[in-house]
Amino acid sequence: MNVSASTSRVADAKHTESTAQGVDAVPRRRLTIAKAISEALTQEMDRDPRVLVMGEDIGRLGGVFGTTQGLLARFGPERVRDTPISETAFIGAAVGLAAAGMRPVVELMFVDFFGVCMDAIYNLAAKQSYFSGGRVACPMVLMTSVGGGYGDAGQHSQCLYASFAHLPGLKVVIPSNSHDAKGLMIAAIRDPNPVVFMYHKALQGMGWLGTVQRSIVPVSDSDYVVPIGKATTVREGRDVTVVSWGLGVHQAVECADILMKEGIDVEVLDLRTLAPLDRDAILQSVQKTGRIVVVDDDYRSCGLAAEIIASVCESGRVALRAPPCRVTFPDIPVPFAPQMERPLLPSAVKLAEAVRAQFVSQP
Amino acid sequence: MRPERERRLWMYSMMVKSRAYEQAIKPAYLEGKQPVFNMANGPIPGEMHLSDGQEPCAVGVCAHLGPRDTVTATHRPHHIAIAKGVDLRAMTAEIFGRRSGLAGGRGGHMHLFDPRVSFCCSGIIAQGMGPAVGAALAAKLAGDARVAVSFIGEGAANQGAFHEALNLAAVWSVPVVFVIEDNAYGISVSKRESTAVERNAVRAHSYNMPGVFVPGNDPDAIYEAAGDAIARARRGEGPTLIEIETCRLEGHFMGDAEQYRPQGEVQRLKASDPISRYRQQLISDGIAAAELDALEQSAARDVSDAFAFARSAELPTVEEAFHHVFATGAV
Repeated sequence: MNVSASTSRVADAKHTESTAQGVDAVPRRRLTIAKAISEALTQEMDRDPRVLVMGEDIGRLGGVFGTTQGLLARFGPERVRDTPISETAFIGAAVGLAAAGMRPVVELMFVDFFGVCMDAIYNLAAKQSYFSGGRVACPMVLMTSVGGGYGDAGQHSQCLYASFAHLPGLKVVIPSNSHDAKGLMIAAIRDPNPVVFMYHKALQGMGWLGTVQRSIVPVSDSDYVVPIGKATTVREGRDVTVVSWGLGVHQAVECADILMKEGIDVEVLDLRTLAPLDRDAILQSVQKTGRIVVVDDDYRSCGLAAEIIASVCESGRVALRAPPCRVTFPDIPVPFAPQMERPLLPSAVKLAEAVRAQFVSQP
Repeated sequence: MRPERERRLWMYSMMVKSRAYEQAIKPAYLEGKQPVFNMANGPIPGEMHLSDGQEPCAVGVCAHLGPRDTVTATHRPHHIAIAKGVDLRAMTAEIFGRRSGLAGGRGGHMHLFDPRVSFCCSGIIAQGMGPAVGAALAAKLAGDARVAVSFIGEGAANQGAFHEALNLAAVWSVPVVFVIEDNAYGISVSKRESTAVERNAVRAHSYNMPGVFVPGNDPDAIYEAAGDAIARARRGEGPTLIEIETCRLEGHFMGDAEQYRPQGEVQRLKASDPISRYRQQLISDGIAAAELDALEQSAARDVSDAFAFARSAELPTVEEAFHHVFATGAV
């Protein structure tokens, strides 16, 4: 499916509820990412009795970030389990459930909370296949919220993409819009490996958080997958490649709109999967444009942006026309005060500045 | 030991100051968030966890603590910070994200550090417990009578850190008191649905330490239980777990629709507000209403002074975000 058409349309909030029935070639109803995730879980739970969901406040509340709306009423407390505040135990339990043939989906409410349960994620889930010589898979999904920009300070605002993408055995995905959210969640559930499904709070569609409206796009009510490991070109351009994911995709598209008026034709890639990285798609685009700018709202050093740029540089397949560039959050804890946090986050304007600099001739 | 008159008046004054503080936070937090509630907006963005109803826990425990006794608190910290003597102006400035805040606006309401009175808090459930064990070990190694107190919610008793910290504190026999503020909910999930035991106090027995349950959300009863535990710790007799039955009169955070609460629960809880009950108790024990009124007025003045200070304080610049990532100088 071509995402560029949908992401460039401004969603009408009135149409965020389901209005269409059946499989539409061009679905008319628009969903928030939260609703799209909930729908993906509902359909997979209907299809596959092995799928179950566990986490804090995912039952009666439907998820703090709305990822499990309607599931408890439909599937009951055996398959939709509100857990104690015990991430080590319930994420560890997911590893055991997966080994026993189930398909657990667990929610880590904020990615920042990974500190209390990382062993289950990176030493157990990520290595189960390897340590068993491929005989015991770990088909589980860990969904978790990422991102700041709303004043929630340093323990509730981090992205930590690279922290997870760094670890062999984990797949990491992050949708920029509700269409991809549904398809990636279905793909994640069906994948035989542990998949970390990140959703960005600025896109989630929770009224109390504010939402980038372009993340609310038409979503088919059919069951479809967005393949893990495949980036998509959100917007084609000749002059420069902006590599993005999650919230950054919308900043990149806005940046492309700004620069179009200045005669710079920006190509925007939405990675959708952070691990495994779609290096072919990145290289293909940069081979065409000869310039690369990466937007990444995670910490700067040792980040995904660095990995992407290194991959391009070491490929030997591209002669860059300008030094590669990354627009990132700096190497500091996320500060609380908006006067400190917001100017440091990537934005369309900052990205446009970085892209313009690609066309300033080097001394 | 029952609290004496002056201690009771102090506890009342701290409770009313804490409540006045939360009453002042509410409209300030909602500025810029109406008619459409967006957590990112207004002079105080982000999550806001109010402590209305839990004041007795803070005052009954902190009445026994001095500025060199360590307290680690939770994501819901205001009542404890106030009872521990955290600088109210600097705390408020921090919550407003100002340069003169406790951390210069870097931490916000869940990350209040005031080393002057050995207070800190954190937004990660149960994770203040290990540091409290460390503070207690430092006191023990120094050979003085300082203690550490770690406040947690009842939900934290299901975290691994809770069990590890209790065991370690007992093995090392350090002067630490773990205080569970049981307000019955971890966000939307009730204790009954999440906890294998009816009373978390019994878990102390697994770690060979006293476990004390204090019902009734009553400052005097909490004062007594905490006094015993803290005196025991100061005598070098090791840790104690105290479980306090308290209540949360507001949502988990501001903006919480609270649909998980049984109908009428909040009204019922508010009808037995611990502050009104304590006021009645003090009056029936012969303390003049006028004296309590004066404490309330004084609390209101302190709060309004702190808010005025915070609102007029300077905003930080973006460059300041880069300061203090690493400590400098000798330690």
